[in-house]
Amino acid sequence: MTPDTALPELICPAGTPASLRSAVDAGADAVYCGFANETNARNFPGLNFGKEELAESIQHAHNKGAKVLVAINTFPQAGRTCLWKSSVDDAVEIGADALIVADIGLAAYVHRTHPDMRLHLSVQASASSPDTINYYRQRFDIKRVVLPRVLTLPEIAAINKEIDCETEVFVFGGLCVMAEGRCSLSSYATGKSPNMSGVCSPASHVRYEQNAVGDMTSRLGDFVINRFSKDEPAGYPTICKGRYKVDGKAAYIFEEPTSLNAVQMLPDLLKAGVTALKIEGRQRSRAYVAEVVSAFREAIDDHMGGRTPDLQRLIALTEGGRQTAGAYRKTWR
Amino acid sequence: MLLRPLPLFPLRPLLDRIVLAVAEKHPRLFRRLGEHSQKIYAIAPTDLPLVFVLQPDPEYPILEPERNLEDVSYDALVSGPFMKLMDLVEGRLDGDAMFFSRDLTIEGDTEAVLALRNALDDIDGNIVDDIVESLGILSLPARQAVVCYRKLRARASNDA
Repeated sequence: MTPDTALPELICPAGTPASLRSAVDAGADAVYCGFANETNARNFPGLNFGKEELAESIQHAHNKGAKVLVAINTFPQAGRTCLWKSSVDDAVEIGADALIVADIGLAAYVHRTHPDMRLHLSVQASASSPDTINYYRQRFDIKRVVLPRVLTLPEIAAINKEIDCETEVFVFGGLCVMAEGRCSLSSYATGKSPNMSGVCSPASHVRYEQNAVGDMTSRLGDFVINRFSKDEPAGYPTICKGRYKVDGKAAYIFEEPTSLNAVQMLPDLLKAGVTALKIEGRQRSRAYVAEVVSAFREAIDDHMGGRTPDLQRLIALTEGGRQTAGAYRKTWR
Repeated sequence: MLLRPLPLFPLRPLLDRIVLAVAEKHPRLFRRLGEHSQKIYAIAPTDLPLVFVLQPDPEYPILEPERNLEDVSYDALVSGPFMKLMDLVEGRLDGDAMFFSRDLTIEGDTEAVLALRNALDDIDGNIVDDIVESLGILSLPARQAVVCYRKLRARASNDA
């Protein structure tokens, strides 16, 4: 039986022009990406777009009927706000379809300077209540909010009943269980802020060491984050996914290395009023982007056509080789 | 380890030719590395008795073979099975997934490795085909070997 919900928009990541083309070819409705500077939350070496590259990529996407959403979603640093404002101006000039922002001052700048520009509120704004979302909606005319990855399905449904803008939720990829945009764990360990410089666990501070038997230790700055035995699946070197000794026993005390996969919840998310489904992973390869995007395109089309989607093949791409429905089926509260 | 007795010197001109051809065909590749283009990368296939040493300077790129990792002074080390490394270079595999599954090991300057991975991933087309084309009179057997390998890989993938 075909569902009575609207067709959702599939929002896909791109860290390079080649990834963007892969995402579009694989069936993305929209691709999100950022400039190669501190204005976006995936400011990693060798990643992201120059202005000219992004202009060409936007043209490519538009030619194929896809949109490009430009993430300018870190918080401007005092005395350096011109970088964030000029990035906004550049994105508008080259034809971005929407800007994804987190900072309240930058939202005000976009609304004031480019009133016709479509604004999305980044997950980095950590807007998780109707009052907060309505404030951004009323003051800056945001058209969509990307919801934090800590909300349950009933909470998302309840929020959607009290707001009059679109909601976008993560359905696959890395999880962040912190108050996004406000986490200081990585800053504490490295002195570099994910929220202001766009680098959570900057690679410059990450080290991996193998011992003679193949065990691997991962470090962030001066801190040992994890030790993996020879054939044990590894995870990202973030503090929140580290394994620490508590009462003499090593355990994942914040979060296990695992990826979100909400494909089974597709019908429930759409019934909850969600407009757009987002795949995380601008730092991942074009091979990952092509595989995940095509799988989700198929899943959405299957669902809308009344068929049962199957995405077990994505397990190989997940962190730690494991997946979870995350907070959508929260059992720990 | 059957290759161990073979001398490395015939490889040197081939690797020279390969790295120059790649730099010429993809001028954005090494420039995308920024400061990391001056780093020394040791690429150590776990199933071959040699190490590839890469300095991806956009103007004077260097790719050399070495017999022992102990003889190499490197900033970053990348190791894994040779064919998986080639799949990564080809953009067929995801580097993070290979890292999660422990097929790929990195040591040393993680930022440099990440920059190289990201830059390689932005290459349009197939870099392995570009490498094959650059081999001059060896192109034909190299192409046949690659075709053969891809058939085996496709068969293995279908069987899985």
